[in-house]
Amino acid sequence: MDELPIRSGDDVVRVRQHVRNAAASSGLSLVDQTKLVTAASELARNTLIHGGGGVARVEVVKSVNGRAGIKLYFADEGPGIADVNLALTDGWSSGTGLGLGLSGSRRLVDEFELTSEPGAGTSVVVVKWSR
Amino acid sequence: MDQVPILKIGQTLFVSIQIDLQDESVMLLQEDLAAELAATAATGVIIDITAVEIVDSFIGRMLATIGSISRLFDAETVIVGMRPAVAITLTELGLSLKGVRTALNAEKGLALLNGRG
Repeated sequence: MDELPIRSGDDVVRVRQHVRNAAASSGLSLVDQTKLVTAASELARNTLIHGGGGVARVEVVKSVNGRAGIKLYFADEGPGIADVNLALTDGWSSGTGLGLGLSGSRRLVDEFELTSEPGAGTSVVVVKWSR
Repeated sequence: MDQVPILKIGQTLFVSIQIDLQDESVMLLQEDLAAELAATAATGVIIDITAVEIVDSFIGRMLATIGSISRLFDAETVIVGMRPAVAITLTELGLSLKGVRTALNAEKGLALLNGRG
């Protein structure tokens, strides 16, 4: 498992490249790689902008039936999200964005789990399986 | 941070994105293009994203904004060379790039700008 800091825009690019390499070597198709890297980009940006920075972890995992996958973990110690369900709604935005970052990245992966509490930071775990 | 070069050929500005875009680079490109449009009175902008591996909601929004800015300078923007995997991902993400024209490649994009597309 690799841990990467998210402190700047350059770090977001590095997370993307790392996820891309891990996804390619785990045998994810080009479309699935692109979906996972795009989701990673959205989540890493959230960690940086809304969470004030944090970390990303990239892990190669295996399902019970032997399929390879990539598990990503993003965590920050920012202000947290008061209403998680609202934050996952298409078009809902806390800032000037389109409000597609969270809801969109959930559609791009196979598993998505967001944990957040006001004042206690936010963490997101996503998994994409090879087909 | 990397800068994306802008070439002027005839009445068209060509931008080929060959780097892994970080947010600041995209914002810089937006400003550079606006300055270039004002200085050159170009009537078209072609943005080649053949080498771009992902377009997330931020980059997508910036591409759409470049289209809107260009229109204020009486210029039309065409995005060319989108990879199939990027198109599939963009659609699933929920981004439609409304207001921006797209073409398969630079040649077709140029034909579109010249009214032959």
